Amino acid sequence: MSSTIDPAEVAKFETMAADWWDPHGKFKPLHMLNPCRLDYITTQIAAEFGRDLSKPRPFEGLRLLDIGCGGGLLSEPMARLGAEVIGADAAERNIPVAQVHAQQSGLEIDYRHTTAEDLAAAGERFDVVLNMEVVEHVADPLAYLTACHDLLKTGGLMICSTLNRNPKSYAMAIFGAEVVMRWLPKGTHDWSKFITPDELYQLIRDAGLDPVDRKGMVFNPVFWRWSLSERDLSVNYVTASIRRD
Amino acid sequence: MTQDADILIVGGGLNGPALALALAQGGLSVAVVDARPAQSRAEERFDGRAYALALASVRVLQALGLWSGLRAKAQPIHGIRASQGHAGQGPSPLMLGFDSSEIEEGVMGQMIEDRHLYAAFLDAMQAADGVTLHSGARVVAQETGPQGASLTLADGRVLRGRMIVGCDGRDSATAQRAGIKRWGWDYGQTGLVCAISHERPHEGIAHQFFMPPGPLAILPLPGNRSSIVWSEKHATAEAIGRLTEAEYLEVLRPRFGDFLGEIALEGQRFAYPLRLTVAESFVAERLALVGDAAHGVHPIAGQGLNLGLRDVAALAEVLIEAQRRGEDIAAIDVLERYQEWRRFDVVRMALGMDGVNRLFSNGNPVMELIRGLGLGAVNAVPQLRRYFIREAAGLNAAEPKLMQGERV
Repeated sequence: MSSTIDPAEVAKFETMAADWWDPHGKFKPLHMLNPCRLDYITTQIAAEFGRDLSKPRPFEGLRLLDIGCGGGLLSEPMARLGAEVIGADAAERNIPVAQVHAQQSGLEIDYRHTTAEDLAAAGERFDVVLNMEVVEHVADPLAYLTACHDLLKTGGLMICSTLNRNPKSYAMAIFGAEVVMRWLPKGTHDWSKFITPDELYQLIRDAGLDPVDRKGMVFNPVFWRWSLSERDLSVNYVTASIRRD
Repeated sequence: MTQDADILIVGGGLNGPALALALAQGGLSVAVVDARPAQSRAEERFDGRAYALALASVRVLQALGLWSGLRAKAQPIHGIRASQGHAGQGPSPLMLGFDSSEIEEGVMGQMIEDRHLYAAFLDAMQAADGVTLHSGARVVAQETGPQGASLTLADGRVLRGRMIVGCDGRDSATAQRAGIKRWGWDYGQTGLVCAISHERPHEGIAHQFFMPPGPLAILPLPGNRSSIVWSEKHATAEAIGRLTEAEYLEVLRPRFGDFLGEIALEGQRFAYPLRLTVAESFVAERLALVGDAAHGVHPIAGQGLNLGLRDVAALAEVLIEAQRRGEDIAAIDVLERYQEWRRFDVVRMALGMDGVNRLFSNGNPVMELIRGLGLGAVNAVPQLRRYFIREAAGLNAAEPKLMQGERV
């Protein structure tokens, strides 16, 4: 397996792969963020491919890749909406966990222990590539995003989310989430690998994709939930890009 | 596993059908299990029961497409007058008056008879795609698991779905079967409900009299008719229940004086023991409680149905949005969004209404002075007045889309 994923990063996630699906367990922060991520993903896919979300199985006929699928927190909703889903994870231990859960949910999902680079090399092509909270963990972001470009069909859509790099994101994601709230194990994130929205747009363009939208994902401590923001991209943010060539 | 419907609703009263219609509008399929036969609930004759719909509840009915057919049968409430009184003396001079001209939204609410509202729900359920009504069917068992939920009916049929919603009232068997405990207390009072016809027009004004034995409300119905809600201590209420119609009217007359002229009973008399009952949890594995099944409040301001429709609007929005995101609609973190949305509001309303009732149900002259001052103070401060009017019209809490008259 050739990979741009830093082996030290993969190991960290392997230690966290047990109870993915407990909304009050270890992955509570991801479960809390999930509705907000799904709102963005579903709206972007519906807009790009002209689908009506109020209809049953609106993503029927779309081939979708979920990179870094973990326990399947995004793969399962996408399959439920009718997409043909391939979930890829570089952490081998996540695959059986995700497979068992998909079976429990009565969903058919093709989970594979592989990487974006290997799938691209094998000539796999998709209408949608979900690239959520992965790019800040890879060793070579440009090589990785180029693989994402190669994985898309012409007119295909990549959704990519990550963390901004500034004092506030350090305070929130490292000090807040890892040290104070203990939402994430210490060392989950390496702040120096965080990417600013402008840097990410440039990387996406360099990888041959056309970035078309970006929004912030903001945690509201009063309502204790995440929501999308047009302006506040200061910590978590998400982007949509199209392959034109 | 074959599935009969996405959502299995237990209870065909008013909240159950409202939720069924809202969910079906959002593309989910629903089975409604109602213990009573359909025709017995759609009788044309007025039985004396009516509801004070807050403006927000009217908007829910608008969004569900029911209001255009109901509008002509409803009585708009143009104002509310509240005052203190003593039995035998009639109401004391006006202490607190709310007028719909003080809020931008126009009328403060609508009075609608149960027979019209229920018939509209029944027709709409029959016409709706994705709603199956099982009338005259009793649930004897329920099961929930990681993959789905099922109801077993008395005739042996089993209905399967993704989750169960209990809309089966304050003694909710759905909640009991799920092992959900309740807290609350008895008010020591019985609510007496009837409808009267009267000589003079009510001009669309609702009256609320705070009397030492308990509050009495006169709510305007179309024509020269009004719905009466009052409360008495259990023993007194029982004695009143044994009275003939003529004797009943003799007890009722002095309680609100003669401003509506001569009165006569219309339909039946109803008596409900007043208890506050709140479920310890509104949700469980693949299960949610709505309306009185989640919370039965003192019906002092007709808030029972209004709170129930707010639950309906919130749960429908949470489930439909989850469905459109591709989430498992019955996952516990999805259901907890509904609970978080509603629980604070319900507990605040339950305790708030209770406080108002206790404050005004006391014969102590010192308390009466304080009450007088309290009412006077509310009357004197415009912001507080507007708050009370908006609260009574149901316009203060964070609004689900249906409560704003919008489809989800």
